[in-house]
Amino acid sequence: MSFQPVHFYQTGTFTVGNRLLSAEERSVQANVERTNSLNSGHRACQGCGEALGARYAIDAAMNAARGRLIAANATGCLEVFSTPYPETSWQIPWIHSLFGNTAAIGTGIAAAIKVKRQKGQMDDVRVVAQGGDGGTTDIGFGCLSGMFERNDDVLYICYDNGGYMNTGVQRSSATPPAARTATTMPVGPEPGNNFGQGKFVPAIAMAHEIPYVATATVADLRDLEYKVTKAMGLRGARYIHILVPCPLGWGAASQDTIKLARLAKETGIFPVFEAENGEVSGVLKIRRPQPVEEYLKLQKRYAHLFGKKPAVETIARLQAAADKNIRKYGLLDQEAN
Amino acid sequence: MDKPFAITLDPGSSLANRTGSWRTSRPVYLDRLPPCNKQCPAGEDIQGWLFHAESGDYESAWRHLTKDNPFPAIMGRVCYHSCEGACNRGQLDAPVGINSVERFLGDEALKRGWKLTAPASESGKHVLIVGAGPSGMSAAYHLRRLGHQVTVQEAGPLLGGMMRFGIPKYRLPRDVLEAEMQRVVDLGVKVKLGSKVDNILETMQDGGFDAAFLAVGAHIGKRAMIPAGDAAKIIDAISLLRSMEGEDKPLLGRRVVVYGGGNTAIDVARTAKRMGAEPLIVYRRTREKMPAHDFEVEEALQEGIMVKWLSTIKQAHESSLTIEKMALDSKGFPQPTGEYETIEADSLVLALGQDVDLGLLEGVPGLEVSDGVVQVNANMMTGHAGIFAGGDMVPAERNVTVAIGHGKKAAKNIDAWLRGEQYVAPPKKEVATFENLNTWYYADAPKTVRPMLDIIRRQSTFEEVQGGLDESNALFEARRCLSCGNCFECDNCYGVCPDNSVIKLGPGKRFEFNYDYCKGCGMCVAECPCGAIKMEAEEI
Amino acid sequence: MLKQTEGSHAVAEAVALCRPEVICAYPISPQTHIVEGLGEMVKAGEVANCEFINVESEFAAMSVAIGSSATGARTYTATASQGLLFMVEAVYNASGLGLPIVMTVANRAIGAPINIWNDHSDSLSQRDCGWIQLFAETNQEALDLHIQAFKLAEEISLPVMVCMDGFILTHAYERVDVPTQEQVDAFLPPYEPRQMLDPKEPVSIGAMVGPEAFSEVRYLAHAKQMQALERIPQLAEQFKAVFGRDSGGLTHSYLVDDADIVVVAMGSVLGTIKDTVDEMRQEGQRIGVLGITSYRPFPLDNVRAALQNAQRVVVLEKSLAVGIGGILSTDVRMAMSGLQLHGHTVVAGLGGRAITRKSLRGLFTKAISGELGHLTFLDLDWNVVNKQLERERTTRRSGPAAESMLRDIGVVAARIG
Repeated sequence: MSFQPVHFYQTGTFTVGNRLLSAEERSVQANVERTNSLNSGHRACQGCGEALGARYAIDAAMNAARGRLIAANATGCLEVFSTPYPETSWQIPWIHSLFGNTAAIGTGIAAAIKVKRQKGQMDDVRVVAQGGDGGTTDIGFGCLSGMFERNDDVLYICYDNGGYMNTGVQRSSATPPAARTATTMPVGPEPGNNFGQGKFVPAIAMAHEIPYVATATVADLRDLEYKVTKAMGLRGARYIHILVPCPLGWGAASQDTIKLARLAKETGIFPVFEAENGEVSGVLKIRRPQPVEEYLKLQKRYAHLFGKKPAVETIARLQAAADKNIRKYGLLDQEAN
Repeated sequence: MDKPFAITLDPGSSLANRTGSWRTSRPVYLDRLPPCNKQCPAGEDIQGWLFHAESGDYESAWRHLTKDNPFPAIMGRVCYHSCEGACNRGQLDAPVGINSVERFLGDEALKRGWKLTAPASESGKHVLIVGAGPSGMSAAYHLRRLGHQVTVQEAGPLLGGMMRFGIPKYRLPRDVLEAEMQRVVDLGVKVKLGSKVDNILETMQDGGFDAAFLAVGAHIGKRAMIPAGDAAKIIDAISLLRSMEGEDKPLLGRRVVVYGGGNTAIDVARTAKRMGAEPLIVYRRTREKMPAHDFEVEEALQEGIMVKWLSTIKQAHESSLTIEKMALDSKGFPQPTGEYETIEADSLVLALGQDVDLGLLEGVPGLEVSDGVVQVNANMMTGHAGIFAGGDMVPAERNVTVAIGHGKKAAKNIDAWLRGEQYVAPPKKEVATFENLNTWYYADAPKTVRPMLDIIRRQSTFEEVQGGLDESNALFEARRCLSCGNCFECDNCYGVCPDNSVIKLGPGKRFEFNYDYCKGCGMCVAECPCGAIKMEAEEI
Repeated sequence: MLKQTEGSHAVAEAVALCRPEVICAYPISPQTHIVEGLGEMVKAGEVANCEFINVESEFAAMSVAIGSSATGARTYTATASQGLLFMVEAVYNASGLGLPIVMTVANRAIGAPINIWNDHSDSLSQRDCGWIQLFAETNQEALDLHIQAFKLAEEISLPVMVCMDGFILTHAYERVDVPTQEQVDAFLPPYEPRQMLDPKEPVSIGAMVGPEAFSEVRYLAHAKQMQALERIPQLAEQFKAVFGRDSGGLTHSYLVDDADIVVVAMGSVLGTIKDTVDEMRQEGQRIGVLGITSYRPFPLDNVRAALQNAQRVVVLEKSLAVGIGGILSTDVRMAMSGLQLHGHTVVAGLGGRAITRKSLRGLFTKAISGELGHLTFLDLDWNVVNKQLERERTTRRSGPAAESMLRDIGVVAARIG
């Protein structure tokens, strides 16, 4: 069963909450007693999508685990801005080890918990491992795949902002084609990042046939919380890939973070779906279809596509990629086609 | 736990880092003026009462509404609801059916017997109101609520004024009208029916009134100079409509020609249709130029009423009319063409506008009359201190809603004047525009259409044409309100802040910012559905 | 219980007796038999409440160990050579976070050229990683050191490497005394972590530390090793009280009190050295041996005390600090600071080259007669080396050195043509 919106006119399930909804129909984020797992005082940039996504996801996980949660965190923005000595923003047991080993740290924690539970020394504590796209799709990929393959009882959450933002916006394997980064500058005959075949880790995760894989964005909170909650209700390896716009790296206004995530989904650039045991089981449909330009033009990393001579062909290639997602995942309702 | 130095940190420690110092601009909550409220001639807080209706608390909604307008059941039927034209939702799918929800609330109040709130204390002042129409009764209500003694003097035999004599009952059933009038009277308003005021100053002196509000309706139909034979039957529209209220219904014959293009012309034609006649409206311009509201024209056409556009009546005979065809000039004005035709007519009804009988004002010093209406200042006061005027008597658009608005405005000014003060309206809030909204968050919900009376019954009876909403679709319709510019506690700001710097104060208490941590990213502003937050530059 | 068994299996049994809770395994020779043994014991249910995890790399092995140790589980893994290098980042991280993981390093050479045989290059490359490194001389000591290692690690919150010579010890069948569970339980209490990931008392572990506190954090790591320096001999005493054997401690001295010349070494080669020393003692040579058990922390005072009466020191090490000479020797010479001694570094046994009594005898004889240089490569085939140097001097495209030399000594058939 996929995401079921609350049947409620006015704001439906689009808003965080609503005074007219009963407490159980509201999101975790609407609750004054939400964990605020990632507390105020962190040093993320203004409008940071990752800080938002992390609080959304971990609060939902805490809610599902009734407060019994341990998180492992890869090196990267999320780690650096949340735990610079002498201040931590985390309200939950949390560990940072390295850049590329977070899934394995999660495995270790889960193994320890299993043993401690057998010995009656610990409650049923759950494990989340989290990292950015660099720490997940590049340097941490080996450990991630290992964790998947063993079906370790870990929920891995990737906060994908499409690059190594912490080190100054370099390209990762999750950087989209044509995007400017510090290592894919908009110069030469093919400015920006190359058009590769892509490395879409959710699909790779599905290939491991793990119990649950999902994508989400910070623009669809209810969907995100539903997926985290669903993942927490399952055992074994689970993977959630959350698109988190980065105002700094994307060259976007700080207030546009959620808007950009919404446009990524509405254009088809980022397909939002879930898969169980390797098969797609649900799709969040596009509600108000938009051409990719609407998404691209808000970001300076694509500014070279919109100069005096717009890069029409490049934009068309990006549109084609979005259209392919729409076809492949069935992102449009039939009548909207 | 004996924790390793520096590597291991305690929760809550980041609160020492006050990231609010990063901010160059700050979000602030505000209430913007919704376009519906701005548009409403009666000054209703539409968004405000819809807010209560959204939660199904219809009594609170009705009480909120009646703070400004005591006649929602009437309004819900006869108001031309220009609010809906201003409604931001119109740019999204279709405007909120404000009028239909208002009617639902009005009917609900009548059904449940909700009473208006009596004044808390008496001022000891006494105000005379001349005319028991919408403006007069509105003023009576507001003045009474402010604690003043009120006496309404009405020349006619019944309450309601033009609402009774100018609006056909298929649009406003009389039991509804009477019930809402009576509810105002029940507040302790003294009413003298059949009591025409001939001289305002004398009446004020005799009655010991401290102030007066003149709210006489435009009951005198305008006549056009149409050469007519002795046998031609010519009647003015307002007299016709008035006579519909009495025992003796007018005899119009089969072929009734209505001359005019305003709402009254439509009302008359539709009334004639219900009396068994075959009405024909003659109007000198085109449909696009017709001052009548389009939906009324549309309803009339549906009912089988014919219209002869671009035509003037040159002469009336016993059973026919001579018509001259017109043509629009380059500026859109109708010009005679010299082409004539004859049409059959048993009677001709002139619907060419109305005048007010200003006889009671003769000899009042300082009072100024021009173009058949009384001049008033911004405080609704005439040139004679203590005498205020509104409704059809003053220069303004003439309709029930405007009149009710005048009554409210006059009451506030009279109240201030009685205390030796001058009423100062609260500062105007900035308007919540469509651009202020983030409409992504509103569910897709097309407007609920009110049931319409079957077309055959509309042509032959005076039953109310338009039905009301039932509870479930009134709730649905209320919830289509975007709450423009006013927080409706959707929790978005609380949710979308990456720095947890929005404090949720609890139901009905909205939110506040924790500026210790707010970095000023502006996401709360961008993601507020209703535009109730804005950024202000930080003073650095 | 006395039994004749393989070194690896003896270690596996010792680890199992320590009631490990999480074991991470990744195969690399010559460590594999240890984790194979443990894997079988866990799967058979002989080790209660233990998770045995087949990970996908050594990096993952150490990372899983970090996760489980930080969650309060007694954690064990084993590796060698390239595997140790592959996990280096996590090795430093484990010690930096103060996690008492115990890891066996079955010492093996590091490539290129790839070589699976024994020397000490792998663990000595991790000299400064913050782990305690204990070197076993025999299989019995390897077994014993593991039991002590868990106790030491957990008491001072630092990880411990137990280093044992690959193949020479790991694959050798010897008689060992395997203790009973009761004995081990009496010595090793359940793990009581100093800190752990626990929802009941949430903390953030692994903060980012800047210049304002980094030096202090590093000093504290050093201070912990200094505590270990005190604790290691005490634990050896306690161990003796329970198990009735001398095992562990910082150093083992053998006939050093009256020795003019002392040979310093680590690991299994000490046995061969002692045999040689016994022979030379019978011939009247005043020669002694100092075995280093605790390489990190390095027992400067003990070494100095053992050497202070000698005139000559030979450090025989299975490792090479390329570009200077010895690794162990550097530390030994630091201990000798201020002592008027002749010091010699001998690099021996690299990549599994046998260290024979005959060679040692010749070496020590040369040392006694003052003919030994500062740096000696034991049993180096100068002919091969010189040929290759000559080839490289004369031919630009001289080809791969290792293969050329193997061809020179006839191990690989010469290329056709």
